[in-house]
Amino acid sequence: MAGIPHDHYEPKSGPEKWLHRRLPIVGLLYDTLMIPTPKNLNWMWIWGIVLTFSLALQIITGIVLVMHYTPHVDMAFASVEHIMRNVNGGHMLRYIHQNGASLFFVAVYLHIFRGLYYGSYKAPREVTWIIGMLIYILMMATAFMGYVLPWGQMSFWGATVITGLFGAIPGIGEPIQTWLLGGPAVDNATLNRFFSLHYLLSFVIAGLVAGHIWAFHTTGNNNPTGVEVRRASKEEAAKDTVPFWPYFVIKDLFALAVILLVFFAIVGFMPNYLGHPDNYIEANPLATPAHIVPEWYFLPFYAILRAFDGDVWVVQLTQFVTFGIVDAKFFGVLAMFGAIAVMALAPWLDTSSVRSGRYRPMFKWWFALLCVDFMVLMWVGAMPAEGIYPYIALIASAYWFAYFLIVLPLLGVIEKPLAQPATIEQDFNDHYGKPGSHGGGTAAQPAE
Amino acid sequence: MMRKTLIAAVAALALPAGAALAAGEAGHIEDVAFSFEGPFGSYDQMQLQRGLQVYTEVCSACHGLQYVPIRTLADPGGPALPEDQVRAYAALLNPITDPVTFEDRDRVPTDHFPRSGLETAPDLSLMAKARAGFHGPYGLGINQLFRGTGGPEYIYSLLTGYTGEEKEEAGTIFYGNSAFPGGWIAMAPPLDDGSIAEFADGHDTSLHHLSEDVAAFLMWTAEPKLAARKQAGFTAVIFLTVLSVLLYLTNKKLWAGVKGKKVTI
Repeated sequence: MAGIPHDHYEPKSGPEKWLHRRLPIVGLLYDTLMIPTPKNLNWMWIWGIVLTFSLALQIITGIVLVMHYTPHVDMAFASVEHIMRNVNGGHMLRYIHQNGASLFFVAVYLHIFRGLYYGSYKAPREVTWIIGMLIYILMMATAFMGYVLPWGQMSFWGATVITGLFGAIPGIGEPIQTWLLGGPAVDNATLNRFFSLHYLLSFVIAGLVAGHIWAFHTTGNNNPTGVEVRRASKEEAAKDTVPFWPYFVIKDLFALAVILLVFFAIVGFMPNYLGHPDNYIEANPLATPAHIVPEWYFLPFYAILRAFDGDVWVVQLTQFVTFGIVDAKFFGVLAMFGAIAVMALAPWLDTSSVRSGRYRPMFKWWFALLCVDFMVLMWVGAMPAEGIYPYIALIASAYWFAYFLIVLPLLGVIEKPLAQPATIEQDFNDHYGKPGSHGGGTAAQPAE
Repeated sequence: MMRKTLIAAVAALALPAGAALAAGEAGHIEDVAFSFEGPFGSYDQMQLQRGLQVYTEVCSACHGLQYVPIRTLADPGGPALPEDQVRAYAALLNPITDPVTFEDRDRVPTDHFPRSGLETAPDLSLMAKARAGFHGPYGLGINQLFRGTGGPEYIYSLLTGYTGEEKEEAGTIFYGNSAFPGGWIAMAPPLDDGSIAEFADGHDTSLHHLSEDVAAFLMWTAEPKLAARKQAGFTAVIFLTVLSVLLYLTNKKLWAGVKGKKVTI
């Protein structure tokens, strides 16, 4: 699958030619910015720009925050208050960085679910998907370690609980936990390494983002129809696409401005809404908070972690079969990481030849249920593990796995997909009521 | 019992703001209409000064404000005391051991307020952000969206929530309090009608007003940059509104050619 044919950068003046022969950087930028992009991309295709912006925002605000922050158990909490009170604009920097994490995760979840609905993970875009999943995992690690840095009560106890997960690995768990923490418990060594890694990982993410963009610039974007851009000739490709600049740059910037409008309203008027009050209490190893609740963006997977306790028959069976090596705690950890792993394997679990959910009548409903399921998991993750909540969590967790391991493989076999438009141009013209110039013969589904 | 459990479960677990209350019995929190609430709200300078007086005469006997620099009492948008009053106020506080000379000396405005004098009394600098008065419902965070997290309301309700009951447990006396999680608090009722003899501005010194004033003051110690933050919020929102409109029009015009005659977005 070669790239979509289009005009390449031609150096014209002398200095341009001189540079181009030595370092074709202008050509690289030109090709990246002018990449032919399917012209029917809808508003769910804006999240990539929002994510790129979020990463830049977090790195820039983070670099300035580091100039005023002290990674030491006796001084970290006070240094954050120093940022909030004494540093010029420090309170805004910190609130932006703190809420920026939420913006990042809102965007990444919508981006991932966009990909799941329109089949963006399917061949030939598996590598884009896998890199994306790696970015997502690193984002979670980075956000988790960043949350520890203010050294509040939730920072400390969150770190204790999450690193404790690694302790659940049979045999080697405890040495791994000690190695991660730099000691027997969460302490100064932990804070220092989390600080170092929090800083480092943001740049690793930036590198992976470059790989992510490179990968989908090689295969071309997916689009709401899932139909590939025609690439027999430049002229044909031009009927299905418009160049990224200026068409999608302006569209994405508009979307970004609207999203930032909401973001800055939250930062300006309710910056602590998404945070936890307990984190305004300095970490105290002797006082456990009544409820240790992770940040909202971890809740779905936290719910899956807690769902599989010792009362569930699958857990008991596993424990019996493995002679107790996989106990309830380890099972929960495996389930949590497994929930992300099955998502990463979606390209190979989905057997349908049709990419876009738009032309898959049965898939649509299962996918809608997955979206509801995700919200339920997020909600139940914040509820206490008592009463009816564990049952809700268990059912919701089970559906998460069932969707990827049963529904996706089966649907491809039993579902009868609707007719897809022959070309992107046809879909686009049908949508905008442009007369004539139908690119193909098949009866088109009206787009939403 | 069922109802109690339900209320506790609802109140103790909020999705975004979480729970500062122990599972068991959640306290009752009064909603107070503070001047600093909402996008347009700001601190009432006179109220902060009265609250400072309540803190100084009553709370500071046990509680500290270790993260608050004394000089910020002069900050506009806060209590905005004149510089000479701030200097005089600093000198009245407990002496500090100078970090350079290791000798005790009077506090100056660049020093912070003292730490808590009583070991079991929590520092109050951030108390108004470290407690959530409002929760849920059902962990959905809708209440906090409309009423705020309710930190200052929690402080107000705690100060006015003493039931008059007492009990002794393991040599410690606990006082009945309708706002405190669990219902029993180790702090004796600190305020009463007329705890402060008189305010310079002649404001009412009933328990209700004293509690409101000190709760507002503690909101300021927790969030001293509230005015600057809201102003930045407005600047950003107005700027982004204009930018959004311009980009919308640019985008519409740009795509009109591609989409043909019928332009709908």
